[in-house]
Amino acid sequence: MVRSIEDGPDVLYIDRHYIHEVTSPQAFNGLKERGIPVFRPAKTLATADHNIPTKDQHLPIRDELSRNQVERLSENCKKYGIELFGLNNPKNGIVHVIGPELGYTLPGMTIVCGDSHTSTHGAFGTIAFGIGTSEVEMVLATQCILQPKPKKMKITLNGKLHKGVTSKDIIMYIISEISASGATGYFVEYCGSAISGLSMEGRMTICNMSIEMGARGGLIAPDETTFEYLKNLPSIPGIKDIKSSVSEWKTLRSDSGAVFDKELNFDAGKIKPMITYGTNPGMGMAIDDSIPMSDDNGNKASASFIKSLDYMGFKPGMKLLGHPVDFVFIGSCTNGRIEDFRAFAELIRGRKKAENITALVVPGSKKVEEQMIAEGLIEVYKNAGFEVRQPGCSSCLAMNEDKIPQGKYAVSTSNRNFEGRQGPGSRTLLASPLTAAAAAITGKITDPREFVNE
Amino acid sequence: MSKVKFDILESACVPLPFENVDTDQIIPARFLSATSRQGFGDNLFRDWRYLKTGEKNKEFVLNNPVYHGKVLVAGKNFGSGSSREHAVWAIFDYGFRAVVSSFFADIFMNNALNNGLLPIVIPDDLLKKLHGLIQQNPETKVRIDLEKQTFTILSSGESVNFAINPYKKECMLKGLDDIDFLLSMKNEITGYEKNQSLAK
Repeated sequence: MVRSIEDGPDVLYIDRHYIHEVTSPQAFNGLKERGIPVFRPAKTLATADHNIPTKDQHLPIRDELSRNQVERLSENCKKYGIELFGLNNPKNGIVHVIGPELGYTLPGMTIVCGDSHTSTHGAFGTIAFGIGTSEVEMVLATQCILQPKPKKMKITLNGKLHKGVTSKDIIMYIISEISASGATGYFVEYCGSAISGLSMEGRMTICNMSIEMGARGGLIAPDETTFEYLKNLPSIPGIKDIKSSVSEWKTLRSDSGAVFDKELNFDAGKIKPMITYGTNPGMGMAIDDSIPMSDDNGNKASASFIKSLDYMGFKPGMKLLGHPVDFVFIGSCTNGRIEDFRAFAELIRGRKKAENITALVVPGSKKVEEQMIAEGLIEVYKNAGFEVRQPGCSSCLAMNEDKIPQGKYAVSTSNRNFEGRQGPGSRTLLASPLTAAAAAITGKITDPREFVNE
Repeated sequence: MSKVKFDILESACVPLPFENVDTDQIIPARFLSATSRQGFGDNLFRDWRYLKTGEKNKEFVLNNPVYHGKVLVAGKNFGSGSSREHAVWAIFDYGFRAVVSSFFADIFMNNALNNGLLPIVIPDDLLKKLHGLIQQNPETKVRIDLEKQTFTILSSGESVNFAINPYKKECMLKGLDDIDFLLSMKNEITGYEKNQSLAK
């Protein structure tokens, strides 16, 4: 913190600023109008991810506005001296996938990006959160942001995860328990044996969806798992000898006597594979459950509840198992990493994609794609009838052509099931990579535990 | 960054009594490809304002001429989801200057305050009452006094105080810019950088 303003926000110094093509153009326009440079270009990293196609990336982008926006990012990065891993760059990918895998996200950092899923980086023990374009401009201009101190929430998860249940199911379960606004105003720390038992990628999935319960951000204290992950990276910008950094990072833990504004406890053993039935991530349930008869407040006639189910074509009390679906999407900053594609591949290996399913398989980055090739996963997907595309945010928010058509159901490993999120009139069912794989094979909503050996 | 000033506003209200309205509804992703801040008002609540055929949805409040005004009265948990500041630009560009709810998502609230759009939090029961009054009489007017931090329903005279961060209040009253403030602190920022020991 640089300065604390009395009765106001704190001035927070930002160690890493990630930018992408959609939320940066107006910020750069602002700098131009003020006639000032980017203050610390070396602490800024750019990628093109939201608006790019996931096929034929070597060709010019067809949509004019998208092409314009991506070009604008290239121009701005060149003008202001910012490193850009743009389209066709071997390090290109979704911003919250490439940051960690390239060693740009390190414990103890303050990290911002004009994207709400910036909370992902909290998995490394960072203060990471999403910001609006005006704040992007602020950080570009001064490497600082004005931030009021949020309240603190501790979520402890103990117990053992059952087979077929993943970190995605964990966070979906928590959100369904506390609602899409249950953590608004809070910064969350996740702890407990079930959390420390997760891999870095599993932790990233959890921190990623912190925003979906309204939290400013979510973090997990760095530990040996974190240090091992970082030690195994080919390189970390700015660090030659990781050992000295590790000893400093080991101190990044909450004091044992730390006081939180709210504390919640959950038992991992209670969690089953999850699926959403409504139009916000809080409207989720165990895959073998029935849709509730009323909203969270017990209100059967809640206009929002009725509108939501109507939009999805569902009814209160309905079971979802066996319901036919049309699309399956695996990818996004939530579940677009190598472990997710390995899990999906294991379930589909030796099986065939259902005829009624159109599948979108989108690696989170070029590195993930390379790893899929190296591990022979592309063959597994191909043999099962799945086409693997090129990296990008793709169907998660469908800014590009990867839109789910009107009225169609998509089981998606992304993070939001809002009305029209994946395309006007599209119907999103959020799920884990295993649940998505199971649906892709059977053509309907299926419990992935049927395919997993207990 | 906005240099818009906000002082006192008296206006009729446009009601949107839905809970959990997320920023994908306020401004769908396909409209985020613009590179300037202008023109987003045309696409505010696009998929609720227009039917699949392209015709206006007569059922939607923005297409109902009976409702007008600069104050949007929303439902609980307004502005959740994506951090897109474009949502605020769309609401402001359309003509609204204040949004009233019992609960706002964090990032949306921040974005609103940074753009001269005043987010006002009132108790849930008053919000419900206000929606009821507006339904009975679309000409129901409210008065918002930022200096006094009061929100008053003019027909009934009912008034509440609303909370706002004092720093942000000052910025909105005077049309001050956060970036100018931070730029004035440059020496302090470089001083902080020199004092940091962590290899970055």
